Amino acid sequence: MRFLLNGVEVTPEAPPMARLLDVLREQCGLTGTKEGCGEGECGACTVLIDGEAVCSCLVPAAQVEGAEVTTIEGLGDDHPLAHAFMDEVGAQCGICTPGMILTATTLGPRPSLARIREGLAGNLCRCTGYEAIYRAVRKAT
Amino acid sequence: MRTAVSTLTLLRPRTLSQALRLLADEEPPVPLAGATDLYVALNAGTLEGSRFLDLWSLGPLRRITMRGGTLSIGALATYTALRKSRHVRRHLPMLSAAAREVGGLQIQNRGTLGGNVANGSPAGDTLPVLAAAEAVVVLRSRAGERRVPFGAYYTGYRESVRRPDELIVAIEVPPVEGVQWFRKVGTRAAQAISKVVMAGVRGPAPRLALGSVAPTVVRLPRTEAALARGDLEAGARALAEEIHPIDDVRSTADYRRGVAVNLLRRFWADTDPATRR
Repeated sequence: MRFLLNGVEVTPEAPPMARLLDVLREQCGLTGTKEGCGEGECGACTVLIDGEAVCSCLVPAAQVEGAEVTTIEGLGDDHPLAHAFMDEVGAQCGICTPGMILTATTLGPRPSLARIREGLAGNLCRCTGYEAIYRAVRKAT
Repeated sequence: MRTAVSTLTLLRPRTLSQALRLLADEEPPVPLAGATDLYVALNAGTLEGSRFLDLWSLGPLRRITMRGGTLSIGALATYTALRKSRHVRRHLPMLSAAAREVGGLQIQNRGTLGGNVANGSPAGDTLPVLAAAEAVVVLRSRAGERRVPFGAYYTGYRESVRRPDELIVAIEVPPVEGVQWFRKVGTRAAQAISKVVMAGVRGPAPRLALGSVAPTVVRLPRTEAALARGDLEAGARALAEEIHPIDDVRSTADYRRGVAVNLLRRFWADTDPATRR
């Protein structure tokens, strides 16, 4: 299979029904994408496929053939959202953070608090109580 | 994850006719699109079947169009597409409302209307909407196409009239006369499966459909008849007899019964022509 991963063409070998999550972590070696619940409830494994946020635990690897996949690594080390999450202490244990940040990148410029709350409703955080996350997203988008 | 994925086959047709040919096989593969239900079973190790049919790339099945007064929604239209569609917002706003409350963004980007119908969970969020709208399920096979009224589609718990060689290709919705209403009651707004979900239409002949209160989504003819007479109290009594909720992991039969009656009253108050501007 062949797809664009963070702007670079990759050709990992994986069974077609393998979870995209596992292909990213095991075949592609990008462990920034976390497994939380493994059933689409928590959003920890969120990645972008052609710009849309999806749970990579629910995507058959074969379906990204020819698509563009963005993981947290693809945002680089100097992304405004990453800085805002650090500044506002929007991350504690950090497991939900890559998914939170990737989903936040899809909310458009200057989203309202209501839009942020609804947009991030599929990303669960068990540490922060969300308020610091919302502040970070408001600050950086 | 409790399934060995290397043992599974995924067939990837490029066109609908290729897909239908593969489905006509003696042992038809299991259709799969956004996989948001299927991969939950994959993770749990309860997935049935070992051959799957990937429909995700069949673009023509994503279209949402108006033909005459009929809204036609391709089976592969995602919840995100339903939320964005002007046709859906204008002609079937209760479906926009339902799509908005399915899962979170990630699920809405992948889950499809056809998949919600095919999965056939009694808790499926869009199903009361389709029941109240008197939608039609368009099934296609190599032998041709047939249209099944939504009220005749399910035959039991997760069972339907769809033959293994048939694919749901579209949902058609005739014009709906009256004020549309939708409400889902769950543990939280997003990512929760409903305890009770209701769709209603307040027009010349009121219509009501509920999910999570019986083995399939249900219409409530006796309740509707009482409402048509303007008798809300008789409607509430009929409703309690027309639903058959159970105790399960998400709720209890008693709670569901109570909430269903409350929703009926809320529907009637919210859609009261005297108080609506």
